[in-house]
Amino acid sequence: MTQTLADRPSFDADTTAVAAHEVARRFGEGDTAVDALQGVELSVPIGQFTAVMGPSGSGKSTLMHILAGLDRPTTGTVTIAGHEVTALGDRQLTLLRREHVGFIFQFFNLLPMLTAEENLTLPLRLAGDKVDDDWTQELLEKVGLTDRRKHRPSELSGGQQQRVAIARALVNRPTILFADEPTGNLDSRTGEDILRLLRDSVDTYKQTTLMVTHEPRAAAMADRILFLADGRIVRDVGRSSATDVLAVMEELART
Amino acid sequence: MLRVALRGLLGRKLRAVLTALAVILGVAMISGTFVLTDTINKAFDSLFTDSYAGTDVVITGAQAFETDFGQPPPFEESLFEEVQEVDGVDAAVRGITDFAQLTDKDGGPITTGGAPTLGFGLDAENPAFERFNPLVLVDGEWPVGASEVAIDPGTANDEGYVVGDTIGVRARGPVEDFEIVGIAKFGSVDSIGGATVAYFSIEEAQVLFEKDGRLDGIQIAAEAGTSASELISRIEPILPEQTEAVTGEEQAQEDSSDVEEFTSFIQYFLLAFGGIALFVGAFVIFNTLSITVAQRTREFATLRTLGGSRQQVLGSVIVEAFVIGFLASVVGLFLGLLLALGLNAVFVEFGIDLPTSGTVFATRTIVVSLIVGTLVTVLAGIVPALRATRVAPIAAVREGATPPAGRFAKFAPLFTVLMVAAALALVLVGMFSNALGTGLALGLIGLGVVLLFVGVALVSARLVGPIAAVVGTVSVRIGGTPGRLARDNATRNPGRTASTAAALMIGLTLVTFVAVIAEGLTSSVRDAIDEQLSADYAIVSEDGFTPFEPGVDSTLASEETLTVSPVRGENARALIDSSTGQGAVDAQLTGIDPATITSAYAFAWDEGSDATAASLGETDAVVERNFAEDNGLRVGGTFQIQGPSGDQVELTVAGIYDAPEFWGMLGEVSVPIDTFDGLIDGPRNLYTLLLAEGGASEATTMELAQLLAVDFPGIEIDTQSDFKDRFEQNVSQFLNLLFVLLALSVIVSLFGMVNTLILSVFERTRELGMLRAVGMTRRQARRMIRHESVITALIGAAIGIPLGVGLAAIITVRLSDQGFAFSVPWDKIVIFAIVAVIAGILAAVFPARRAARLNVLRALQYE
Ligand SMILES: Nc1ncnc2c1ncn2[C@@H]1O[C@H](COP(=O)(O)OP(=O)(O)OP(=O)(O)O)[C@@H](O)[C@H]1O
Ligand SMILES: [Mg+2]
Repeated sequence: MTQTLADRPSFDADTTAVAAHEVARRFGEGDTAVDALQGVELSVPIGQFTAVMGPSGSGKSTLMHILAGLDRPTTGTVTIAGHEVTALGDRQLTLLRREHVGFIFQFFNLLPMLTAEENLTLPLRLAGDKVDDDWTQELLEKVGLTDRRKHRPSELSGGQQQRVAIARALVNRPTILFADEPTGNLDSRTGEDILRLLRDSVDTYKQTTLMVTHEPRAAAMADRILFLADGRIVRDVGRSSATDVLAVMEELART
Repeated sequence: MLRVALRGLLGRKLRAVLTALAVILGVAMISGTFVLTDTINKAFDSLFTDSYAGTDVVITGAQAFETDFGQPPPFEESLFEEVQEVDGVDAAVRGITDFAQLTDKDGGPITTGGAPTLGFGLDAENPAFERFNPLVLVDGEWPVGASEVAIDPGTANDEGYVVGDTIGVRARGPVEDFEIVGIAKFGSVDSIGGATVAYFSIEEAQVLFEKDGRLDGIQIAAEAGTSASELISRIEPILPEQTEAVTGEEQAQEDSSDVEEFTSFIQYFLLAFGGIALFVGAFVIFNTLSITVAQRTREFATLRTLGGSRQQVLGSVIVEAFVIGFLASVVGLFLGLLLALGLNAVFVEFGIDLPTSGTVFATRTIVVSLIVGTLVTVLAGIVPALRATRVAPIAAVREGATPPAGRFAKFAPLFTVLMVAAALALVLVGMFSNALGTGLALGLIGLGVVLLFVGVALVSARLVGPIAAVVGTVSVRIGGTPGRLARDNATRNPGRTASTAAALMIGLTLVTFVAVIAEGLTSSVRDAIDEQLSADYAIVSEDGFTPFEPGVDSTLASEETLTVSPVRGENARALIDSSTGQGAVDAQLTGIDPATITSAYAFAWDEGSDATAASLGETDAVVERNFAEDNGLRVGGTFQIQGPSGDQVELTVAGIYDAPEFWGMLGEVSVPIDTFDGLIDGPRNLYTLLLAEGGASEATTMELAQLLAVDFPGIEIDTQSDFKDRFEQNVSQFLNLLFVLLALSVIVSLFGMVNTLILSVFERTRELGMLRAVGMTRRQARRMIRHESVITALIGAAIGIPLGVGLAAIITVRLSDQGFAFSVPWDKIVIFAIVAVIAGILAAVFPARRAARLNVLRALQYE
């Protein structure tokens, strides 16, 4: 029962994976209102690995949720693969997610009753697509879990669980993959493995990826780094070293 | 998606099993009811089919109308010779059918608890006997001579009788001794229930039942080539008045359809309790699924982010409910086979012992049980499933996200109020509108009560806080800090506590309701007896209402110190042809002794006086006020009264009196005994009222008991208070039966409480770990859970018991014009509250143990 989305081209869908225009998000009302995002303008080209950084409470997660269509902006528009997400209903959003969006979570969010392999293929099954055994095999090899395919999440380490989650996010070859602090819950060595895996998928599959992180070393793996402060994009830089990233962070913290 | 649902179910086995238990019991009740009633029906069917197996045509006495206890009149035996002359008749046998009380080895009555004490005359010496005989001789031989009897094997076994023993038999007169010459059973029936059966020769039966030269039936076999209907048309011309001829098949069908009416009543009665248990089960399922859905918010949200649609989420919860429901129904279906045995045992215990043969497991039983059980579960799962669809994908990343309220949530309070109002309206309309048929009225009331329960359950979420505050103070007092935590936990999620308590509430409401009604019933009867009975003693049959042979009267009359006033009773019809009359109406006819009745019965005269009754002439009648008003009868007016035989007498109204609306001890029409006996074949007494010199006393009671013990086993001697107690006993026996059946729903709600507690413990694992880490002992943890459970149970009681009293009050108001009194049995209500506390303690046993066993370290790491 594969369904496709009615095309609504706006941006150049051939080169732009996701774009935000004039996005603002306000939580609450009146005195207690919080402006989590203000006037965000952003375009992520296909194949780019973008890192989002910023102090706690700067709006990173909020931005990611809105770009992924999980949350709606108070004003402004978001476009994924040419579809204006902000105009879609629940049904169409579901179809959009099946086709274009992948998620990696801080807490892995694997279904405990399914095996690693079943978790991996779940998005395809939900979409009613055929499971491509070669592709599944390839992903399992890529994340190094071929011999753990029949294991339940509770029988896997945190790093292994996150690798299953990465494979799951890649399985439907999404236009864009979102990751909110994917290494936040892992030790630094395991975290590094995960980051290398993400980098690798960008290089091998041209997998557009947008990752929220706190760690300069993680950001240093990305092609582009966005810095947020008080709900605004305050810096937008290309590939940088961890030291440079740290410098920018400190500079932002001072202002 | 199916896999997600099924795997999820496997991952939550304990929960699934506990949820399933809520359905299993209800389904078992339904399946057990069908199995039991089908089995009973089949036993009766084969009893009757066997009885007429070799019979083409049956001749019996015919009644103008059916009566509660009466029998068709016997006919002249000469018909037997005449029938055999009819062309096409191959063979025929005679039959006598009546009632005979048997005695045990000590000379006391063999009690049957309401089952018949049958007595038959067998034409055993007739060469054609075996052609017609449905009986099988287990031991000995057929009775042929005087003072010979054969009995059924059940009675023989129970009482230790063997062939050659002597047994006492009481029919019309005092007990007589008989020799047991045989033990005989019905061919294919295992047990004929609680009934006793005695077989005699035709001649002996004619003497015993005072049917000299008369018969109750003739069974006829046609010659080959003659059809039953052909034969009937040839026999009919020679049939005397008040007899009829039907085919054996028709007779068997007619007999079993009478019985089926009774068993189908039992069936509906028991199904109602199965339905109640399922309804309570639905609450439990609803609650369990709601909690699980809430706990799986993150899981559903993740599914949504991975591309799962709302329908898929909905489907996964529904599938889960379906699988639980279906598996539970299958288990319940088979458990029903066992339960059927249990139900039968309960019925036997309460004096309803019915025949059984091989267990009948009909397709209908399977289909209905499976469909009903599955459907109820799925329906109960719909709301939680819809709630699951409202989980937004963002809940996958946001801690503590709760599903947003539905579109109509803001109308919920209004909706709840409207629902309760509509429910009450339905109940009231059903009860007070006279325009509706009984079926429709009952349907409206039933629907109203169901809605009322749902509505009250919804409202009760708001009552949880206040009630918990009140009952919780006790917990705080005796439970200390754990008690305080328990109270706070109970109010933490009022909706959840409310619907857990609601399951118990339903059971308690119904239990309270029947207890209040029963109390009203007994106090109404007591009042009615107080108003009417002025005699010192009432002589009655064992159950207090089955008419008995009047032979006892002459024995009593021989005592000089006694004034004996027999009261006969039978169903009759009154034919009224005044302008306001309505033609033939049913009328309870009693025969009274004019000379003594006014000292035994206190008439409340509208017109006339005790002198009117004392001087009642042969064709005079005393008429009850309502009957007189309904039929436009005045003193001096006349009407016809017709007995079951069709005979009629013209009566003149001599007096009109007012009997208590609730229960008149006399019939609507009372005539002198002689008139009664002239009209009714085999007249019997409802009671024999006695006045003793010096009133009732222990000594007199003893004397009377001695006087009647030997000759009249099974006849009871009641003082006024015994007489009242006898009715109370009947009511309380039935009440206990209802309690046993309602206990099933209470047990189901218990599972619901266990379920909720386990889920709460599971949900609060981390918190419990923290409490244990900061110094809560295992004992305190257990106590905390136990108190939470008891508080929940008491919330159920605090709502259920007043609701039950309220519903009973509504019914009482409805029945107040029939003299129904409202009386609250406070002692029972206190017991119900205690039962609720015990239920709470029981429900907490397992969850409390789980909570106490938590590994502190692991609980803190629990994610
Ligand atoms: N659901 C919500 N309701 C109200 N305020 C919110 C909500 N979600 C986020 N906020 C507020 O919006 C602001 C941005 O939050 P956000 O979670 O995007 O920050 P973040 O950059 O991801 O921080 P962190 O690095 O700590 O994860 C914060 O001030 C936060 O309090
Ligand atoms: Mg964040």
